[in-house]
Amino acid sequence: MSIKILLDKCTGCTLCAVACPFDAIRMEELPAEEGKKPKKKAVIDLDKCTLCRACIPSCKFDAIEIEIEKESSADISHYKGVWVFAEQREGKVQSVAYELLSEGKKLADDLKVELAAILCGDTSIEEEVDHLFSYGADKVYLITHHALKHYHTAPYTRAIAEAITRHKPEIFLLGATTQGRDLAARLAIRVGAGLTADCTGLAIENRLLQQTRPAFGGNIMATIQTPNHRPQMATVRPKVFKKSRVASPRSPEGNIIKFTPVINEEDLVVKLLEIIEDESVKINLAEAEIIVSGGRGLGEAKNFKLIEELAQVLGGAVGASRATVDAGWISAHHQVGQTGKTVSPKLYIACGISGKIQHLAGMQSSDTIVAINKDADAPIFKVANYGIVGDLFEYVPLLTKKIQELRS
Amino acid sequence: MDIIVCLKQVPDTTEVKINPETNTLIREGVPSIINPFDENAIEAALQLKEKHGGTVTAISMGPPQAAEALRTTIAMGVDEAVLISDRAFAGSDTWATSYTLSRAIQKIGKFDLILCGKQAIDGDTAQVGPGIAEWLGIPQITFASKIEIRDSKLKVERLLEEVNEVVECPLPAVVTVVKQINEPRLPSLKGMMKAKKAEIKNLTATDIEADLINIGLNGSPTNVVRIFTPPPKGGGETLAGEPEEIADRLIAKLKERKII
Repeated sequence: MSIKILLDKCTGCTLCAVACPFDAIRMEELPAEEGKKPKKKAVIDLDKCTLCRACIPSCKFDAIEIEIEKESSADISHYKGVWVFAEQREGKVQSVAYELLSEGKKLADDLKVELAAILCGDTSIEEEVDHLFSYGADKVYLITHHALKHYHTAPYTRAIAEAITRHKPEIFLLGATTQGRDLAARLAIRVGAGLTADCTGLAIENRLLQQTRPAFGGNIMATIQTPNHRPQMATVRPKVFKKSRVASPRSPEGNIIKFTPVINEEDLVVKLLEIIEDESVKINLAEAEIIVSGGRGLGEAKNFKLIEELAQVLGGAVGASRATVDAGWISAHHQVGQTGKTVSPKLYIACGISGKIQHLAGMQSSDTIVAINKDADAPIFKVANYGIVGDLFEYVPLLTKKIQELRS
Repeated sequence: MDIIVCLKQVPDTTEVKINPETNTLIREGVPSIINPFDENAIEAALQLKEKHGGTVTAISMGPPQAAEALRTTIAMGVDEAVLISDRAFAGSDTWATSYTLSRAIQKIGKFDLILCGKQAIDGDTAQVGPGIAEWLGIPQITFASKIEIRDSKLKVERLLEEVNEVVECPLPAVVTVVKQINEPRLPSLKGMMKAKKAEIKNLTATDIEADLINIGLNGSPTNVVRIFTPPPKGGGETLAGEPEEIADRLIAKLKERKII
């Protein structure tokens, strides 16, 4: 495999150098041909180039060529259908699974194939099956085993790898949660799948799944595809897609495929000792429709009460900037941003948060962003739909009061 | 206790700026740093070594200049550093990267524990750590916020969405760590002297006996087909006026958008 500039086509226009995210293309003056002026042409530094192809569409003269000697691997045409991992915690299927079923339905309709949910747990998990049909599943693969009651990497990987090998889905979607990302990364290697992390956009083109995701802390977006491996796996950010029930769900009868996987001793070496609850977490950030977040502008720990009150009247969750978590004002479960959680709620209210890029990376895909900050130049205002330049100690209680009045 | 830490040299994404005219990334002058989560992994390894003895080896797959990142880890107190660098690795996705790192780890041979950062700040996939564990056929524990070793078993606390989970696991294993686990130390003066003279070994595709169908672009199931700058959010509105008025207008807007 190699990349090269076709010198007869290159005009030295520098568009490719600008498009390169790795600073690997420079313009260099080449020795002049006899009787002509020397010309600048693009030169690729192969030590820096990662073959990401960002330069190729940027070139208006088709002067960049990339050769891939990809083996056309085994026949993949018998992989059919879209699967969604029905993530469950404490025996309850999580909202992200319903969101993925709703989005998966569109993909399955485009491809004219079936949509299936894959649900793992102990035998009591069967109670959740009806919900999966109501969000559009045509089929449910129900995998029960006492070792699947609580999520652990090894037994889940074993069970789902067996299902994939047997039933061969072409697309497999999981939530980009701690559970989904832990599982997907291991499973993809086991079954030989291509995997794209933390997608915020999915579409079908030429029967291939187009997976769009943020990279470089949300500074750029990349569209990724898996041409020759199946399934095409992706983890998808919670709350990016909206869940919606289908008008006439399939009947569970005859559409549930049950099996008990073979789980070995070696899959059970990781043992759960304890779950440490965090009483300050009332609503899971990643699943919340509304998040009210507090930053350094709160001044001290006790002022988080103002944030909690506004969150409560809105029925939302409490978020926090890294600075407040580092200062010990609130627990790490509330942290939004690159080192904390990535969230996409309907409404994100940032109070006293300046909006460092690491914070923005974690919340800028929210539908509607409201920022309250004293500093009119704070970067948070650049991503906000509605900005209030002012004192959070004035506005947060005022909003709480007004929304409370509205509700009562 | 022999520990291998995997790290990545990344552009400091906090320094990445967008050219407003062309709407593209400005990479010039953006410093390369050790991926911050990997610094936490190094710190965790050094702390375990201080407690239980043994060695810490840092490895990195990347272009020749990634040797600088490895040199920094020696200044922090790492015993040995190995660069895995070869043109044949270019274009690797997480499949090919985790395969390549697992081959290098097998080549190094001696390890009880492998530590990684939870994810790299440029790609943000969090897929390479678990990938290495699968290639090596050993357990993985992700998102660790506390690591202890007792009776040659790992006891790890994991930072999950709403709760923390404490698990026990036999060695060897791969553990990926979150920022909250520790505060990475700065290189010491003595360490910097040592780092200056330290030899950074280089392993190539041949050295690690890599199967060519699994490395580089050819070994990567996923392909980036397009890179673009997200449209600037824009259209933001600053609400001005008296506080009462502003609050009412905001609530009206949110109602209009059917949020409340």
